[in-house]
Amino acid sequence: MNLDFSQIVPYIPFILKGIWATLEFVIFSIIIGLVLGTLLALCKISGVSLLKWVANAYTSIFRGTPLILQLMIIYYAIPQLTGYDIPIFLSAVLTFGLNSAAYVSEIIRAGIMAVDKGQMEAAEALGIPYRPMMLNIILPQAIKNILPALLNEFITLTKESAIVSTIGYLDLMRRAQIVGADIYRNFEPLLLAGAIYWVMVFILTKIGQAVERRLRHSD
Amino acid sequence: MIKTKEIKKVFGNNTVLKNITASINQGEVVAVIGPSGSGKSTFLRCLNLLEEPTSGEIYINDKKITDKKVDKLAIRKNIGMVFQHFHLFPHMTVLDNVTYAPQKVKGLSKVEAQKIAKELLAKVGLTDKESAYPNRLSGGQKQRVAIARALAMEPEIMLFDEPTSALDPEMVKEVLDVMKDLAGTGMTMVIVTHEMNFAKEVADKVMFLDDGILLEEGEPKAFFNQPKTERARDFLDKVL
Ligand SMILES: Nc1ncnc2c1ncn2[C@@H]1O[C@H](COP(=O)(O)OP(=O)(O)OP(=O)(O)O)[C@@H](O)[C@H]1O
Ligand SMILES: [Mg+2]
Repeated sequence: MNLDFSQIVPYIPFILKGIWATLEFVIFSIIIGLVLGTLLALCKISGVSLLKWVANAYTSIFRGTPLILQLMIIYYAIPQLTGYDIPIFLSAVLTFGLNSAAYVSEIIRAGIMAVDKGQMEAAEALGIPYRPMMLNIILPQAIKNILPALLNEFITLTKESAIVSTIGYLDLMRRAQIVGADIYRNFEPLLLAGAIYWVMVFILTKIGQAVERRLRHSD
Repeated sequence: MIKTKEIKKVFGNNTVLKNITASINQGEVVAVIGPSGSGKSTFLRCLNLLEEPTSGEIYINDKKITDKKVDKLAIRKNIGMVFQHFHLFPHMTVLDNVTYAPQKVKGLSKVEAQKIAKELLAKVGLTDKESAYPNRLSGGQKQRVAIARALAMEPEIMLFDEPTSALDPEMVKEVLDVMKDLAGTGMTMVIVTHEMNFAKEVADKVMFLDDGILLEEGEPKAFFNQPKTERARDFLDKVL
């Protein structure tokens, strides 16, 4: 064992910038995932079989293939097919957003389905129309099932985001690798990056637990 | 005021209702009884179109509600329903449970809706619970709120599907008392129940369903003392 952290000290600012690089595209991905995922979930619970089929096919494809493959396809195939030289950041956000939408749509769908069927019947029996029923009666109850699972999905996304280093996006992971190559020592920068990922996930987990506690409290 | 003509309901290859023809007059209290699985709930749920009959017709005040074009929500505004498991909205207070639909569906102002709700909650004896959440209530209290919630829409007809079957025995009476009061006001009521004494005492008419067939109907006295069919006799022997 000869760990020597003194050599990476000059590189620390460079590595720390990776935190923002990672967070930036994770946040954009989450937003895309949430918006698209909600739309897909609505398609899944709609009675329209074409919409259902499309949403289910979408989910099946994005959950059924490796994330890294999706990334490669978007990053390499789009320029090849369209001639549009897609920027790294956009490929990353698009891949993670589209992928996350598949998972988010399942989380939302399951959360809505888990609401007691009697709630919908009671609302229908009172003559309440579909929209207010969903907005005021079903969704507020579904949120309790949905939020904790969503936070879990964001945690997974944060960790998996390291995959974008493979297309050269200068995230935390990539920066640690560059420093490693520069100083001919890999372990120290990787350890530092690992510690940073862990702290980010730890904070997200704590937020998740706090949210869950509040939700349980309001029961 | 309610007429059903040969209604039939099929689930998959299971025919649950077999050509039920019945009529219920304004102000009448009808007890629907019969063995488990005989189609009582399904019959009741057809009356407010929670289930659509596979064939046959239902008329309410001479309006054919089984028409494809009919606005189901408009029909249901006029028909209250009380479920075995209450189905109160758990994220709303008692008062909000009762005021929500009148505001959303009938467009009442909050003040108007609350005025009606408070009167109803007083009637069912729950004035002190108006800001409680449902999970703080006993089963009997929940069911009384559910009755108030349905009545707040000022329906002409009230449907009850085994309203006391999920209650601890000591809470059955408080709910039946509320229903008895309601019957006294001239409300048209259709009640699926296993409470034979209540049916005897309060109902104007008993409908006996067996295997999807309306096997007997008539005055409670006659039905309970001298059932005409073997099946009804067997059933009464078991439950009385
Ligand atoms: N949504 C449904 N899908 C398929 N079958 C159903 C459905 N609802 C009811 N059934 C079937 O229809 C039959 C009659 O059910 P129903 O609930 O009307 O009986 P019930 O007389 O109310 O019985 P219980 O006293 O147990 O409540 C049963 O065999 C039941 O399994
Ligand atoms: Mg039933």
